[in-house]
Amino acid sequence: MNEKLAISIEKLAKHFGDLKAVDGITLSVQEGEVFALLGPNGAGKTTTISMLTGLLKPTRGSANVAGFDVEREPLKVRQQIGVVFQQPSVDDLLSGRENLDMHALLYNVPAKGRRERIDDMISLVGLTDRQHAKVKEYSGGMRKRLEIARGILHHPKVLFLDEPTTGLDPQTRQHIWEYIKKMSRLEGTTVVFTTHYLEEAEQFAERVAIIDRGKIIATGKPHELVNELGGDTVLLKAKKSKEVAAKIRKMPFAASVSEKNDVVSAVIASSHKNLPIMLRALSGIETIEIRPATLNEVFIKYTGKGIREDSAEGGFWERMMNPNNR
Amino acid sequence: MMNGMGAGARTRITGKVIFMGYFDGVYAIWVREIIVFMREKERVISAVVTPLMWIFAVGGGLGASVQIQGMSYQMFMFPGIASMAILFGSIFYGMYIIWDRKLDFLKEVLVAPVPRSAVFLGKMLGGMSDALMQVTVLLLIGVAFGFVAGLPALLLAIAFSVIIAACMVSLGLIIGANMKSPEGFNLVMSFVMWPMFMLSGALFPVENLPSYIDIIVKINPLTYGVDLMRLALLGTSKFGMLYDIGVLVFVTIVFAYIGSKSFDRMQI
Repeated sequence: MNEKLAISIEKLAKHFGDLKAVDGITLSVQEGEVFALLGPNGAGKTTTISMLTGLLKPTRGSANVAGFDVEREPLKVRQQIGVVFQQPSVDDLLSGRENLDMHALLYNVPAKGRRERIDDMISLVGLTDRQHAKVKEYSGGMRKRLEIARGILHHPKVLFLDEPTTGLDPQTRQHIWEYIKKMSRLEGTTVVFTTHYLEEAEQFAERVAIIDRGKIIATGKPHELVNELGGDTVLLKAKKSKEVAAKIRKMPFAASVSEKNDVVSAVIASSHKNLPIMLRALSGIETIEIRPATLNEVFIKYTGKGIREDSAEGGFWERMMNPNNR
Repeated sequence: MMNGMGAGARTRITGKVIFMGYFDGVYAIWVREIIVFMREKERVISAVVTPLMWIFAVGGGLGASVQIQGMSYQMFMFPGIASMAILFGSIFYGMYIIWDRKLDFLKEVLVAPVPRSAVFLGKMLGGMSDALMQVTVLLLIGVAFGFVAGLPALLLAIAFSVIIAACMVSLGLIIGANMKSPEGFNLVMSFVMWPMFMLSGALFPVENLPSYIDIIVKINPLTYGVDLMRLALLGTSKFGMLYDIGVLVFVTIVFAYIGSKSFDRMQI
């Protein structure tokens, strides 16, 4: 086993009856890395995290976290990890501070320096003023910040964050990422997070695994994955968008072609040269837009659909916290 | 400051830490349960009101024309109702796990690096504390109305309540850990709580019973709890103190073992 691996996963699978929620994934994460599992809702991200944190038993395969096997030595794994769940798991009836006190006891944070450590974490996430209020009275963003403070309180070697910013406003989202980055830098923590926000993966992850229907379809550094596409994204608005898309698919320089709501999206190699050629072959184009390719096009390349298309999340958190989000 | 507590200060996993961690874990969960119980006023109030309804509505009404063993019916049923308070409080407490699970509060505890047996033990102590607070309030009301004669009787009843609560909370936690959704709640009411209460001798003496009732009464652990309570408060016992305690302790050990295993198996 490579000593520098924080996580190594071998053919890990979880089946719920006939549903293969996670369908044999193999993956490794380096120590100190900030790693994203990117995929649409229902892709198997949360199930994967649940297995890595010992909340679900794998159907097949194995996983090693911080040097310990998740099935054989679950307690040792748990001692080394912090988990921030997608749905809030802080205790409503306790105050923010009491939640952290309880966590410190559960995770053997040494009594010496415990109080100072809790003070530090509370101030890190900006909850010092509200630390003695019951969590019931917290806003969604405050709860999430408290969860993050709790997740890192015991100096975990590996921090798992399941959709850490889903349902939060952009400002809070930005703050939370600042905390996570700061903490990862200060303590050398490996961070594994799941997200269905492309920008979040592109912006914050050093490496990303794209997951769809329980399978990993691509792994790499975000900019490398995008560069591999070898072109820019071109968006064309056209009445007969289906016909346009069909024509573009046949063009040798086009990849990751998708079509939705009268808009065709495609990655065009050497667009300065090929775009005029393409436009000459098409008719009925109303508007045209060129922008750098993103992980969305990477996703389309492998799955034939955009990552947002089936992203209608039915999660508790989102319904509770942000009913008008999407 | 944060640098100083960085990688080097990470807890090393040693036998000692795991041992200390075990009891820190038990303690953390225990304290949490007590705080939560005290803050949920509805739980405290309803836990005391139901037994009072039995004592004053059923006991008062039926007692107007019924006497048992030469005493008023209310006097006779009071130890039974105190036992019922422990039973109901304990089973409800166990079933609260379902809500904890639904609302995800339990996840934090399930991913914590403490053995599930410690989680079980913490929950058990928490439930026992809740049940004891409830029954103590009830017993104090009993003092006021003359159902509890004096301090020794009160203290003995509280002491016996600890044993009864340990048994009933373990049972409640087994049910809570194995229930998948709150929809099973009514089934537990109908098939566990009411039969255990009604066939425990809480409402009638366990003598000269038809044999089909007698069998159930004898295998019902609450029967021995009611018998203990009656010993503490009325000075009479059918089975004898040591026999009652022996049965309850034995059943508690079995329940606690099963409950601990159930917690072990618990996934999200």
